[in-house]
Amino acid sequence: MIAQKEAPSAGPSGEAPQETFVLNLGPQHPAGHGVLRVLMTMDGEWITKAEPVIGYIHRMHEKMGENRTWAKFLPNTSRIDYLSAMHYTHAFVGAVERGAGIEVPPRAEYVRVITSELNRIASHMVWWGALLSDLGGLTPFLYAFDDRELILDLFEGICGARLTYCYYRFGGLCNDVDDDFLRGARAFLKHMPPRLKLYRDLVTNNIILRKRLTGIGLISAEMCRKYGATGPVIRGSGVPYDVRKVEPYSVYPKFDFKIPVYPECDSMARYLVHMDEMEQSLRIIEQALDQIPAGPVMGKVPRVLRLPPGDYCYAVEAARGRFMVRIVSDGKDIPYRVKLRTPSFSNLSLYEEASRGMILTDALAMLGSLDLVIPDIDR
Amino acid sequence: MSFLSIEPIRLLLYLAGIGAFVGANAAYLVLAERKIAGRIQRRPGPNEAGYGGWMQPFADVLKLFVKQIMVPPGADALLYRLAPLMVMAPPLICLVTVPYGETLVARNINVGLLLVFSLGSVNVMALMLGGWASRNKYAVISAARVVSQNVAYEIPMLLVVITLLMITGTMDLNEIVRQQAGGFWHWNILFLKANLLMPVTFVIFFICMLAELNRAPFDMAEAESELVAGAFTEYGGMGFGVFFMAEYSNIVVGCSLATVLFFGGWQSPVPIALLSGPLWGPLWFLLKLYALVFTVMWIRWTFPRTQFYGLLNLSWKILIPISLFTLLLTSVQLKVF
Amino acid sequence: MKPTIEQLSAAFSDLVGTRTDTAPAAPAPVQAVDHKRKGYDFDATVASPQVVPAAEILDRLGFALDAVTGVDWIARQEMEIVYDFFHPETSLRVVVRTRVPRDNPELPTISSVFPGANWHERETHDFFGIRFLGHPNLAPLLLPEDADFHPLRKDYQP
Repeated sequence: MIAQKEAPSAGPSGEAPQETFVLNLGPQHPAGHGVLRVLMTMDGEWITKAEPVIGYIHRMHEKMGENRTWAKFLPNTSRIDYLSAMHYTHAFVGAVERGAGIEVPPRAEYVRVITSELNRIASHMVWWGALLSDLGGLTPFLYAFDDRELILDLFEGICGARLTYCYYRFGGLCNDVDDDFLRGARAFLKHMPPRLKLYRDLVTNNIILRKRLTGIGLISAEMCRKYGATGPVIRGSGVPYDVRKVEPYSVYPKFDFKIPVYPECDSMARYLVHMDEMEQSLRIIEQALDQIPAGPVMGKVPRVLRLPPGDYCYAVEAARGRFMVRIVSDGKDIPYRVKLRTPSFSNLSLYEEASRGMILTDALAMLGSLDLVIPDIDR
Repeated sequence: MSFLSIEPIRLLLYLAGIGAFVGANAAYLVLAERKIAGRIQRRPGPNEAGYGGWMQPFADVLKLFVKQIMVPPGADALLYRLAPLMVMAPPLICLVTVPYGETLVARNINVGLLLVFSLGSVNVMALMLGGWASRNKYAVISAARVVSQNVAYEIPMLLVVITLLMITGTMDLNEIVRQQAGGFWHWNILFLKANLLMPVTFVIFFICMLAELNRAPFDMAEAESELVAGAFTEYGGMGFGVFFMAEYSNIVVGCSLATVLFFGGWQSPVPIALLSGPLWGPLWFLLKLYALVFTVMWIRWTFPRTQFYGLLNLSWKILIPISLFTLLLTSVQLKVF
Repeated sequence: MKPTIEQLSAAFSDLVGTRTDTAPAAPAPVQAVDHKRKGYDFDATVASPQVVPAAEILDRLGFALDAVTGVDWIARQEMEIVYDFFHPETSLRVVVRTRVPRDNPELPTISSVFPGANWHERETHDFFGIRFLGHPNLAPLLLPEDADFHPLRKDYQP
């Protein structure tokens, strides 16, 4: 049952519309969203207008890109969306490699894919825990973090960081993976499928969760296209758009994996896309671990990196959607312009139109299913 | 002995005892909830204050006492202060009529059941007053939700109780327990001769009890992620502490009632003389009570919250028809068999 | 729908043919580009009044809005506005560029064609001071509500 109502209008005798009040879902809020403020004009429990106000964590990464060298911007990339930091570094490194024509050895590409997919799973675990704690089920968060700890331990072993990795370099990786990592990744591949089954049985098939998410927060494919929404949002609306398949990069063409697509356009579809994506990531990691070649992990990179003048783009499928970096170079060793096109920005921009007439609880469930990370929106 | 059977002395002792029981329950059930939540979530729960955390309630109470009680400007002065008092009184009074043992009952009123249910509505009024008097949008929305929810769920609960009354024929709680003597097959929950759907009736009662107590998965009133703290948003320090204590006391009252009505109260599950007696009565009662309280807490940490309209739909469209049907079934069975 | 480069070239040639002469000079207006080298497939430069027809062409061909951003070419006293589009079904990436004079940076908004441009244009206005005519609400998006500075301009002093 979808609870939706038209915006209040003047009554039959022309009297003033029902009194509305403004509820401020402030930047400080127990919901697991981050510093997002939503100004909701409400008529009782129905929302007539929900306007997201962003900018509370705006750090101006794009300006920072203009006053440091190409390599010095790499740590910034992890901090844009700290939950899927590997993907963001990958996009920037890929753009610079494209511009400078740097070749990346195959072993480095495989390790990049393995680490990116592990990062995708870690990010989805946080999304899952946060969505459920928004809905009132506070327990799955702890279980998700148990699994995530295994991934973070693996990452700590190879690059020393648990959240904001800066593992990729122009031309490859900063250091090679050791046997501990490969063993640990294989152990994780064995550990995860029974956990995913547990989550499916206990949480996904829970009738209360199904009632909370099914039919809620409809976003049509046309709306996704007009707003540029990508990732699980567009895949939950029936469009099989995934940058790894449509605009392939790195060594993704070598792997056999499916793109989960659900046509229902509701929050449950987006939820199921997320859960299925984790299984597909496990498949990719398994194939990558089987196929990974020996060899160097760093290509030839000039000592002082200058890109030929012009603009270069690189897009990756981050955990939240399409992340695109557009760099403009004027031949110096400092970028002229770095544009970061982040998925959560486009995904949130459709919230105002999609949440009109929804009831408050449903609007919040939809907000959770969009998988937002506010630093990603604000950069 | 004769001193203790002087009526005023006996009542005073009982009141002190119930006060202590409620206080201890409120304090330690909070700790139990946090430890149970911790274990369900694969973490230890509070374990710093004292061995295993047993002194945590003292730390919490001390913290709440030393906080400044701020009345928000513009709040209705009388109602804001009255709400915590009104919310704490009903559980205390309800526990006066509950039989803990064969002779261990403070005041055996012959309309005990009616008293308990009428006081349950006072609880709703207190939450509503607290929410409204705070003059906070979140609190007002929460108060409105509390009223709709409780009104909706009182109806199936009362229908279930009427079903039981038809079977037991009395509203005296101690009498209801005495009728369930003999062993667990005589308990009301398995009394299929009078009502084939008795376990279903219990499930309905349990669900309605969860909704009346505003416990998850029906805790719309204090839906944390949406309404900050709901009706209690503007209460700080001991004011908030009283609401919290009242919530746990209400859980105790609700589970006591379920024990008495369905699980035989202080009767032992096997009718052996060894396991029955004046000391065994309270023991069985407390065992059953805490098993039900554990179930209530277990449910809270397992399920997410329902939507508000889902909650009301459940009551109006599902529970009320089923409870009406069981009522009809019971009356037919009683008349025919 | 799967558009091809030929369709894009044809549609844009018609558009570029109607450009007015008030537009600042730009390199080869319409060209196919090597995706591997640059990351996009098709690059079109249009005059600033023509961004809306360009957006309509891409909307009809089923493209989705990727980003709208600006580049401050202070040496040439111009600001370039770059529109990135991706296609949900093919790997085609289209870039539409336009230039406006730096001392009067104005051009029409495409938010009537692509509602997603609403936020992108607000952000570009925040960072560069570019005014999008016809935009429903050009208030600051990321900067504070009372900000009167534009940080990504090359002559910005904090």
